Amino acid sequence: MPASTKIISAVDLYRTMYTIKECDDQFWTLMQSGQVVLNYYSPRGQEAVATGICAALDSTDYLVTTYRGLHDHLAKGVPLSDLWAEFLGRATGTCKGKGGPMHITHPDSGLMVTTGVVGSGLPIANGFALWSQINGDGRVTACSFGDGASNIGAFHEALNLASVWKLPVIFVCHNNLYAEHTALAAGTGVTRIADRAASYGMVGVQVDGNDPLAVRDAAAEAVARARAGEGPTLIEAVTFRFRGHQFGDPGEYIDKAEMAAARERDPLPRLRARLLDEFGASPDELTALEDEVRAAVTQAAKDALATPEPSVEELFTDVFATTAGGAA
Amino acid sequence: MTTTATRTTRASFRDGVNRALDDAMASDRRVIVFGEDVADREGGGVLTVTKGLSEKYGTSRVRSTPISEQAIVGAAVGAAIAGARPVAEIMLNNFLRVAADQLANHAAKLRYMSGGQTTVPLTVRTICGAAGGFGAQHSDILDSEFAHVAGLKIVAPATPSDAYGLLRSCIEDEDPCLFLEHLKLYFGGPKEVLADVPERIPLGSARIARAGTDVTVVTYSQTVHDALAAAKAVAADGIDVEVIDLRTIAPWDEQTVLESAARTRRIVVAHESAVPFGIGGEISSRIHEELFSQLAGPVLRVGSAHTPVPFAAALESAYLINASTIETAIRKATKA
Repeated sequence: MPASTKIISAVDLYRTMYTIKECDDQFWTLMQSGQVVLNYYSPRGQEAVATGICAALDSTDYLVTTYRGLHDHLAKGVPLSDLWAEFLGRATGTCKGKGGPMHITHPDSGLMVTTGVVGSGLPIANGFALWSQINGDGRVTACSFGDGASNIGAFHEALNLASVWKLPVIFVCHNNLYAEHTALAAGTGVTRIADRAASYGMVGVQVDGNDPLAVRDAAAEAVARARAGEGPTLIEAVTFRFRGHQFGDPGEYIDKAEMAAARERDPLPRLRARLLDEFGASPDELTALEDEVRAAVTQAAKDALATPEPSVEELFTDVFATTAGGAA
Repeated sequence: MTTTATRTTRASFRDGVNRALDDAMASDRRVIVFGEDVADREGGGVLTVTKGLSEKYGTSRVRSTPISEQAIVGAAVGAAIAGARPVAEIMLNNFLRVAADQLANHAAKLRYMSGGQTTVPLTVRTICGAAGGFGAQHSDILDSEFAHVAGLKIVAPATPSDAYGLLRSCIEDEDPCLFLEHLKLYFGGPKEVLADVPERIPLGSARIARAGTDVTVVTYSQTVHDALAAAKAVAADGIDVEVIDLRTIAPWDEQTVLESAARTRRIVVAHESAVPFGIGGEISSRIHEELFSQLAGPVLRVGSAHTPVPFAAALESAYLINASTIETAIRKATKA
């Protein structure tokens, strides 16, 4: 790979990761100040997983994600302004304010479903992959979920079916080591979630989820496997969750030393240092990038706050596509 | 058993469903069928309803699945949003509770939650109803359970031609549909000659199965035939019963029911599932809300016992709604 491409690529990954972090920071500030109230599940610490996976996907590939999905939404390309408006329940949001942070959908970006139910995205991801397989459109479907989801029945049903049918799907476990408040070892019978792939005759790989380049490389292999008709892959990206399960959870069940060690592996400063040391980026360039991202996020937040909530007539629209008799 | 109805043979309920699937697959490549044992290698379904489809359309479009109800309905949800017209089979209605998350939390809501950006045009077919001693976990009809979920359409045909016409409409509909096939209709249900090109039956449109002037019985699925038998029994005593086959439970045809109720002023709602918290409560309430002062008496409801479905033949028989229990309700209504 030519060096220049690599520089551009790595800096682009950093831009995405910094956008995720900046959105998270600004949501947090607005919630703390009481300006907005929302059910919010922070992806802070997990930026590299979404960014690496989406770097290996085409814009037409599908992504199904879960309620801790802000990083996925942004990495897949959901526009900042639409996403912010939806998170704040505004009429101009991706879903007209009817979905909210836990139910983002933006088909133009390939972000097809965000589910609020743990593990439920995996069977649905199979459905997208099934139709791609039947109609030969060449698309790959990726599906994000947490380590907690690997203990629910839908995970096991979905992995088995994907393997039996050799579906072009990639299961991406964002292993942040906590299922809500419960540590991995306290609720999961294996130490490596990637090992569970073996039960279904599927390739399972564990990757450093704080390294977007490593995640991207693992995802690229899985995408190639899926497009070649060789079936699904389970990727376990080991990472950490710096804020609690949701806004309002101080995360007291996480040992201070464990948190401090995890923060040492924070994917953002780590990639920034690599950009400077290995990829020839300049400090000025990165500072300019960060300023630019911050300004864009600030503008998206400002615009979202200034837009109206949906009209109450929206309550009754979109329940059905067709009412009895075929009229919309 | 023949696998396809011809224009000269009388079609069974099974033939109606099979032909609807066959015609839908022939006319639209987006239609795909999957479920437990549905492909021909596995027998074409436990009741051979899907027999011949995988041989005709291939095992890419017609697939047997593992016994994984969440995976089956979930795959239908994703494929539907992606552009397919999936028809998923959940062998028995009770097993749909295993996949209730996919049907009720996802299929029914993803259009709304996306602000109308995506649609979920799937059909879930399932056998329902008590017959032959299958007991408590294989005999339920989960009509009210899913009718209460906003975003689902629920269809329950009583005849081969309605099975054909309603299933075609479900598959072509843009919204998720639950298609309830009563087990008894597969064994001894009425047969009909299907037209060369059978008609589609629009969703939400009831059928007057028997016109009458004295009492209206509102019903659906297998219970339509019990209601017709009850109507025949009381006709000897000069009681002229109108039987309305709803065909679609959600959304139900309020106009047809209210027009009939306004004429007869005496109404019985009859269904196989239990009365408490059931479909009959909703229909009864709507009639009372619209026609209270015009009615000759209160709307009566009749159903099976509010117990798990028992095994022993004597108990199953005692549990079930039948022509006799409907007849009793009709006679009670006429005394009002």
